[in-house]
Amino acid sequence: MLPQPVKVVKIEKENQSVVTLTLSCRMPEAVPGQFLMVWLPAQQEEKPYSLADNDPVKITVGARGPFSTALCSLKKGDFVWIRGPYGRGFELKGKKILLVGGGYGFAPLRFLAKEARKKKISAIAVCGARTKSLLLKAASCKTIYTTDDGSYGIPGNVLAGMAFLFKKHKFDLVYSCGPEKMMQAVAKEAEKRKIASQLLLERYMKCGIGVCGHCCCGELLVCVDGPMFWYSQLKSNPEFGKIWRDKSGKKVSI
Amino acid sequence: MLAVSFCGMRLRNPLILASGIRGNSADLLIRAAKEGAGAVTSKSCSLKPREGHANPTAVNEGAVWLNAIGLSNPGVEEEVVELKKAVKHCGVPVIASIVGFSVEEFGLVASKISQANPAMIEIDASCPNVEGKGKMFSSCVEDAVLVTREVRKSTSLPISIKLSADVPNIGEIASECISAGANCITAINTVGGMYIDAYAQRPVLHNWFGGVSGPAIKPIALKAVYNIRKAVGPDVPIIGTGGVVTGLDAVEMIMAGATAVGIGTAVAIRKNAFREISKEMKAFMKKKGFRSISDIKLIEK
Repeated sequence: MLPQPVKVVKIEKENQSVVTLTLSCRMPEAVPGQFLMVWLPAQQEEKPYSLADNDPVKITVGARGPFSTALCSLKKGDFVWIRGPYGRGFELKGKKILLVGGGYGFAPLRFLAKEARKKKISAIAVCGARTKSLLLKAASCKTIYTTDDGSYGIPGNVLAGMAFLFKKHKFDLVYSCGPEKMMQAVAKEAEKRKIASQLLLERYMKCGIGVCGHCCCGELLVCVDGPMFWYSQLKSNPEFGKIWRDKSGKKVSI
Repeated sequence: MLAVSFCGMRLRNPLILASGIRGNSADLLIRAAKEGAGAVTSKSCSLKPREGHANPTAVNEGAVWLNAIGLSNPGVEEEVVELKKAVKHCGVPVIASIVGFSVEEFGLVASKISQANPAMIEIDASCPNVEGKGKMFSSCVEDAVLVTREVRKSTSLPISIKLSADVPNIGEIASECISAGANCITAINTVGGMYIDAYAQRPVLHNWFGGVSGPAIKPIALKAVYNIRKAVGPDVPIIGTGGVVTGLDAVEMIMAGATAVGIGTAVAIRKNAFREISKEMKAFMKKKGFRSISDIKLIEK
């Protein structure tokens, strides 16, 4: 599809550097984990963003580079151009699930928590960040927080939150989104308890529609085979947790 | 039933992963081979790394896919490593696509990439010649011949030159390239095009202009391949590329004069494109009583 212009209808500040934008469109068929390509003609750039909700559509943006900073500074009534939803999203399964998010990677998991509730699947979330001022707002399910510096919630990374929950709860499945090394550690931790994980991968994306191959991770394409992958698909992947590619396609260590 | 041979390569089927499509690493080329490609072509590689254009780099609408990725690639040094791995593990012929922005650069890349010992080198001649007037090497006989000669001097491997249909004389360009030392012709590259977003009041692609691929360009490709076949005679191999999505499309391309068939955008349009297209070709051939690809004859007036 071609990029479609939509309006920013609401802006919610999550923390000092993260906002959630509500857009003037609905995508009732879209599932958590799927993504949009978001184009700002004035910035002359287009980047992929996970859906933070589908009806109305929301995206959560952390100000990082020039493009995301421009997205974060949009005002109500401004336009963005989107195409999507693209990719394979999370598959909701089991009776009780654990959601583990790091930084603004927590955003698609809040969307997942909402969908889980609709399907009467019980969910608990762990939301982690380096420090209190970088945490996102809670999900619609029970949410526990972790901070690396101990400024809020359980001190330590998300694994500390998982350990805390594993003492009292049994989960059928783990869902994770955040830095790749964090997700790898989360999936390994779940695997010790024989729990399967679904992870949301990120790579530098160009076409977003399965033609160019730039977003590869080993033989997998993040844009069309993912961005959701089962940990079992990634475990023996030579590039998972290790390598991604810059704009030229040159391999870079994660 | 589907096997074809040309330029010293034997392909189990005539379907070749086209350049620029999911071909930027050894792992992806190996995947295409596993998925049933008869041969695979790597993404065009230049002397130095190139970041390519900013996004949007590719969009689609119905039968039209428009892209301007900008020839991003990690450069020939890294590409040689990837290609060596691909050549070792693909199990099907690996064709190395090369690109340059001067005649000399084409020669240097051809010479370096030969270290990986691909089955053939494909010249991506649809890039601007920065030493000339900035037009594509494949846009006139003179430039296409210059680049073919330079690559011929720089490698002993078979070479194919990939031509654009955005010219009035693709047949003439093809036959002159063969005289200049090319062993094969690949046609066509994407067709120039652009989209404009009325609300944004600017073109959709960051680069403004891009190349159209997908089903929309099949009729353009069929005519170009037919014109080339008539110009180069019956013995020169042609990789017919452009808009092939089904087995019948592939058969039509062979009827237009192609020896083998490039598969590009189709891999994003349908799952298991290579296997499905092969299956559909076989089904057609059975119906017609054809026992091999050579039974599919060039259309005659």
